Amino acid sequence: MPLPLFILFSALTLGFAVAVIANRNPVTAALCLVVSFVGLAALFIGLSAFFIGIVQILVYAGAVMVLFLFIIMLMDIEEEERKHFDRLRTAGGIAVGIGVAFLIGGVLWDFDYGKASLDDVPVQFEAAITLREADADSGIVRSANATAALREGRLKDVALVGEKLFNDYNLHLQMIAVLILIATIGVVTLGKKDSPAPDSGSSGGDKASES
Amino acid sequence: MDLGLIISSAVKIIGFVFLMLMPMIAYIIWVERRFLAIIQDRIGPNRVGIPWTNVGLFGLGQPIADGLKSFLKEDFTPGHVNKFYYVIAPALVMVPALLTCAVLPFGRDLVLPFLDEPIRLVIADLDIGPIWIFAIASLGVYGIVLAGWASNSKYPFLGGVRATSQMISYEISLGLSIIPVLLLFQHLNLNDIVRYQSEHGWLLLPMWGDGWSVQRWLYLIPAGVAFIIFVVSMFAETNRTPFDLPECETELVAGYHTEYGSMKFAMFFMGEYAAMIIGSGLAVTLFLGGWSLPFGLDALVLGVFSDTWFSWVPALLSTGIFFLKIVCFMLFFIWVRGTLPRFRYDQLMKLGWIIFFEAALANIFIAAGILMFA
Repeated sequence: MPLPLFILFSALTLGFAVAVIANRNPVTAALCLVVSFVGLAALFIGLSAFFIGIVQILVYAGAVMVLFLFIIMLMDIEEEERKHFDRLRTAGGIAVGIGVAFLIGGVLWDFDYGKASLDDVPVQFEAAITLREADADSGIVRSANATAALREGRLKDVALVGEKLFNDYNLHLQMIAVLILIATIGVVTLGKKDSPAPDSGSSGGDKASES
Repeated sequence: MDLGLIISSAVKIIGFVFLMLMPMIAYIIWVERRFLAIIQDRIGPNRVGIPWTNVGLFGLGQPIADGLKSFLKEDFTPGHVNKFYYVIAPALVMVPALLTCAVLPFGRDLVLPFLDEPIRLVIADLDIGPIWIFAIASLGVYGIVLAGWASNSKYPFLGGVRATSQMISYEISLGLSIIPVLLLFQHLNLNDIVRYQSEHGWLLLPMWGDGWSVQRWLYLIPAGVAFIIFVVSMFAETNRTPFDLPECETELVAGYHTEYGSMKFAMFFMGEYAAMIIGSGLAVTLFLGGWSLPFGLDALVLGVFSDTWFSWVPALLSTGIFFLKIVCFMLFFIWVRGTLPRFRYDQLMKLGWIIFFEAALANIFIAAGILMFA
């Protein structure tokens, strides 16, 4: 990714992330979070992770935040009032903030991989192809389509991610699926109203939806 | 960065978006008015032709006159609105609608005699075409929500709420409905999908190449169901009749754009039509062979013109075919508008959540079963 673009999108992500907490208007804060997500997605795409970048937009910016905004508007949440802060709390907050900044800074300082620019570390197509061919010979499912694309120098990341998930992490994937299913059932049970005995008539459905 | 790439991308963006898509939006509105008039036994706008003459040209000047009118009208902002969001909302509808066209392939690779490499007739040749379209299109909801909320009045707010829940609901069946398509093609690149259909038969017309197989003909069942769910969900996504409840006149005046006028209203209007054209483009690309000719005629055309000074003809022809297919699909959109009455809101939600969602899920299993056993 060209450096100017990286700086632009990083600034976009961070700037709007700050704006989320700095804004008093809840609608503005939610929209700032959306722009921050879009900036993050652009960073992912710049690192050739197209799928993750697009899913970031599709799931977070396109679905989760729309529901957030929807609820903010429906509940008509008022603008936050300017509160009076007591000194002890403010000082404590600042101290925690500085501590976390030092922690992250310390980790980043020791992080050597960050010093190489991305242009020096290209995608290793050759190594990937030989690895995949060896895997395919030993009976592990490897999509021929994706391997052919790798030979052309194209990174089919959706196929690669799917392959990894469904072959190597199949059990984990199914466990997550069960977890989500339980959550869904829980939501339906919690959200269900205690309705009287169902009216067994043809107009029953219409009445229920009108009430 | 590569200068040639930047120049060719700029030419493609200007050519496809500003010279093909935008005039098409303007003229589709005219076509819609004329076609609806025919359906309803009226004449429709037929007078505006060349100014200061009596030449009518079937009213072909109408879109230009409409555009001028929108620009010259007073740009009135009501006093009770939230100014910032009121102003950016129309742009937030229009921009995502136009961004989605970046991955639509609008023609075969253009081979120019004086260039070594063929030019791909798609703005961004991404390997995640359909997901990109769904992701960016889902951002279009913000414009409608904000328009409804920023107007600070009852009808727009109700329209905005309706539009949002409708679009979120139908996004699910829209996304699930194309999975059988992707299962068969095993590509997520729309250009690869069209090339596959050009050689092996369109998804809904497998009548050449190795399309004459039992598997492909059995696959017509899930493909047909997917097509129906996709098209109906697209009607709901673009807020078109019979699902135009967000702007239903009898209940909500004009829905989320009640408080808008002049060019801001025109932006909503153009955004809606842009979304319709892109949606038709995606349907044509996935199900009806995109820019390809039926019955394997592509190979014939390519054979005649390759290695001559006219090697650019197949690309141009395929672009024409793509737009012809889109126009036919748009006529279908208009025909439905002229024929069907509006749904009730609870019917709409029931259709999306209880029928289409389950049907699309079952359809995926049927498709996978056919691919596995037939």
